[in-house]
Amino acid sequence: MENINAKYVSQKISKTRWCPVSYSSLQQPEVFATGSWDNEDNKVSIWSIGNHNNSGLEDGFEGDPQILCEHKHGGDVLDLQFLDQERMVSASSTGAVTIFRYHPNTHTISVLQHWARAHSYPCDNAPCTALVCSSPEIVTVGEDGRIVVFRADQEGAVRVIGEMRTRMLPPHKESSLKLSVVFVRECRQQHNSRGDLPKDHGALKFDLFIIFLYRAPLHCVDRHPNQQHIVATGGQDGMLCVWDVRQGGTPISLMEAHSAEMWEVRFHPTNPDHLFTCSEDGSLLHWETASHSEMPSFLQGGRNSSVISHGALTPAGGNRPLSSAWLCGDSGKGCLETTHMLPSQTMSVNSLDIIGQCLVCGTDGEAIFVNRHVPV
Amino acid sequence: MILSTELRGKHMGFAWGQGNIFVYETLFKATGSGSPFIHEVRKDEDIYSPILRKLFNESHHIFVGLQTIREDLPSKNKKPQFVSISKNYRSVIRACMEELQQVAVSTKNAEMSVQYGNQVSILLAIELIWNLCEVLFIDAAPAGSLLLHLLDWVRLHKADVDEKARDVLQSDSPAEHRDYWDVVVSYVLQGRLDEARQMLGKKATLTPAANNIFKMMDNLLSKMPFYNPGGTQTLTEFDVKWRHWHEEVDRCLQDNSFASNQHLEVLCKILLGDEDTLLEHKDLLGTWYHFLVSRLLFCHPTVKPTELHYYAQSCMTMFLDSRSAPEPLDSILLAAFEFDIHQVIKDCSIALNNWWFVAHLTDLLDHCKLLQSHNLHFGSNLREFLLLEYASGLFTHHSLWQLAVDYFDHCLEFGRVYLELQIERVPLDTERKALKVLRICEQRQMSEQVRSICKIMAMRALRNNRLGSALSWSIRAKDAAFATLISERFLQDYCAKGTFSDLDLIDNLGPAMLLSDRLTFLGKYREFHKLYGEKRFKEAAKLLLSLMTAKIAPRSFWMTLLTDALPLLEQKEVIFSADQTYELMFCLEELTSSLNTPSSDSDKSMQEEDVELTKVELLRLALSRNLAMAIVKEGTVET
Repeated sequence: MENINAKYVSQKISKTRWCPVSYSSLQQPEVFATGSWDNEDNKVSIWSIGNHNNSGLEDGFEGDPQILCEHKHGGDVLDLQFLDQERMVSASSTGAVTIFRYHPNTHTISVLQHWARAHSYPCDNAPCTALVCSSPEIVTVGEDGRIVVFRADQEGAVRVIGEMRTRMLPPHKESSLKLSVVFVRECRQQHNSRGDLPKDHGALKFDLFIIFLYRAPLHCVDRHPNQQHIVATGGQDGMLCVWDVRQGGTPISLMEAHSAEMWEVRFHPTNPDHLFTCSEDGSLLHWETASHSEMPSFLQGGRNSSVISHGALTPAGGNRPLSSAWLCGDSGKGCLETTHMLPSQTMSVNSLDIIGQCLVCGTDGEAIFVNRHVPV
Repeated sequence: MILSTELRGKHMGFAWGQGNIFVYETLFKATGSGSPFIHEVRKDEDIYSPILRKLFNESHHIFVGLQTIREDLPSKNKKPQFVSISKNYRSVIRACMEELQQVAVSTKNAEMSVQYGNQVSILLAIELIWNLCEVLFIDAAPAGSLLLHLLDWVRLHKADVDEKARDVLQSDSPAEHRDYWDVVVSYVLQGRLDEARQMLGKKATLTPAANNIFKMMDNLLSKMPFYNPGGTQTLTEFDVKWRHWHEEVDRCLQDNSFASNQHLEVLCKILLGDEDTLLEHKDLLGTWYHFLVSRLLFCHPTVKPTELHYYAQSCMTMFLDSRSAPEPLDSILLAAFEFDIHQVIKDCSIALNNWWFVAHLTDLLDHCKLLQSHNLHFGSNLREFLLLEYASGLFTHHSLWQLAVDYFDHCLEFGRVYLELQIERVPLDTERKALKVLRICEQRQMSEQVRSICKIMAMRALRNNRLGSALSWSIRAKDAAFATLISERFLQDYCAKGTFSDLDLIDNLGPAMLLSDRLTFLGKYREFHKLYGEKRFKEAAKLLLSLMTAKIAPRSFWMTLLTDALPLLEQKEVIFSADQTYELMFCLEELTSSLNTPSSDSDKSMQEEDVELTKVELLRLALSRNLAMAIVKEGTVET
């Protein structure tokens, strides 16, 4: 926790996302975007924590985020994703979906495309609650219960699917032709449904089927980066659930993570034994499973607590060597350690993102925390 | 600011808002045209400044930390904690000030520059006052260290000495710079004798002829005793030592040792604490409190806290011209020197337009147990009053209202009431915001507010025809009446369209089904459909019958239920037993008898009545056939 400092930014942050770095260079990410909410004028901003050539920052903290540029945004930013290294898409509470382009040379942001009423009620605006992109497709979902698919280069919506209220997971390209997108339904009881979108000739077919139910509304979902069948969810009751999609029904493990709604859950993209969750109660937890070789886990700073997981369902097929540590719900088998990553008494942490060893998160206390030395 | 030019000479009406006033033009006579504009007069512009927002957020963090300091620690251990918290607050103020300063310098808009400049000077004053309060009240330094702290205080707030010194040192010949002696005198006035000696050394090398007197001055300066609070020397010992030194300096002056160099003679007089000499350097001192501290340093370094106010009063009178009235800042500082905390707070409240400073300072002082319980008219104490005012101001802000919740939490007497009133007025634009507000209310068991917020969200969902969403909101609020309303809508929709929307919600209501009768019926009815879909006809039939006989189903829906029973009756296999069929017939009779009463709608069209009659006919036929088959089946003996 010594490595984490708060930067107060005068806007409540609803989403923070690292700008993707090319995997060929082993760089740590340096630029991130934030979206604000609950302001009279909301903004989408780009920040940098790299070394600054022009400003003499000897007295500032190393890695203190500096704002590079910002752009006005109509309505709260409800979701923000990067399409590629320069373009990002935002979902707004007015129902609009906008593509922004960041010009790193001039440090400006311009609007590339704007779909003003992607989601709407007949007489009102419907907030667009989440979006997912896999360039060039963008799939958005809104409170009006429709799923809309856009293409980054086309004007109108490609496809509208109605009658659902869902949130989205990041897609995973299984092959160059197939996109799998996972949806989470947002009503009192929850479904976690997986839709496959086989794509041929530009037309999108769409099948939706329901896999399992949970007793409280879910707010966030994330998929294991390597093992596609493992999904982690978090919801209104603050419980972290790990599911196996192949076997619907009940979650593999249920862990009491937070005392209030969990807003985001993220597997580490390259080191999936680590999981991060953030919540309304102001804490950001770093979950780590020990791998089967029982390497000791060294955790720096912060408070540690071992978590008891209950509701375990032994996976069918027991001890298959390739099964991930996450699927071992029994606390005896694999050890699960959690660490608090933020100083206590912060306000609700709305969003987090992690690439490599860099973690960024934003809170309702109008602060951004960046940690460049996360032990993964 | 009101656009007074436009509105001059016109009648104005106004209405109170939350933290602001809406002013509009009105006409007392009905003639003439009015203006369609409404002007909003905001009480407090500061909370809308983006840089000051950081102040509010950071200080909120410190405030919450302060409240959670454990009460059971003895106060001796807590003092350093309080001092460090006070320093935290001050560093936050300073950071804000620096940022404002940067923006004030870099902005091109002259008006904004002036505004920023104003804010910077206000923050400067605030920090000055806070620092003094920290020294006098929180740290409560005793005699001896008191003066040292006051010296630090003055040094911190007189930064131009360093600037001047830098200029002088960077010039080609520092000793001949025109500000040279000013710098030396300023150093001495602030008690920074080592630096003064260094500076003097430069002059000494330039004028080797006067080496002697420079050496003498250097000697005097080096020997001046400073009290060391951590050392073994007691205050009395220090006092004795200091008096010896003072006498030595006096002797030097009486001997006219420095007569040859006018500047050194002035220095000598200053070291003796000569008031007139000190007053001659008003421009270097700048303020009366600097004068006070310098005078104390050279006259009475062992000043006790209780003696301060004598000196303060006299210094202020001496320093300020009798013509100019003391500024608010001066009277606040004087009140602080007099240890009159309440006066300080009162004056600050009047002078500043934002409650931030007084609220936080009072809270800190209250934690240090320095405020006597000073009961105000309506019962709550001063600290709570100020915190409530501050937090109410925060609540009017579209974004900072979340901070205010924590402030209300720590006002034990009235905080909850204020919170209950205010939280309902937060505009709920998105579901996510509503969820956050709900979480706040649920954590504090404010069930009234929970219900009203959920009702707002449910009504909104209903208006947009999102029945499932509306239902889930009313379940969360445990609002039976509303749940009934929505279930009615569901049923109406079903009658109209033949299908249900939001099936998964209804399917998985669980114990929430018991919230209202209508909701239970809806859930059970859907279960009937499910059973039918799974071809579990016997159970479906039983359920259907129980819905009617247990009177769960509303009478208006019985026709639909009986119509649903038709396909079951028409099956080849006998599903309804004889007894069950009798019961169904009974229900049908009850229904038709009520339909035939003259109170039924007479404006039903002929067609509708025909349809009704046909349905009843079909039902009767089906029921009788079923009855026949059932009796036969039940009477048959299996061989």
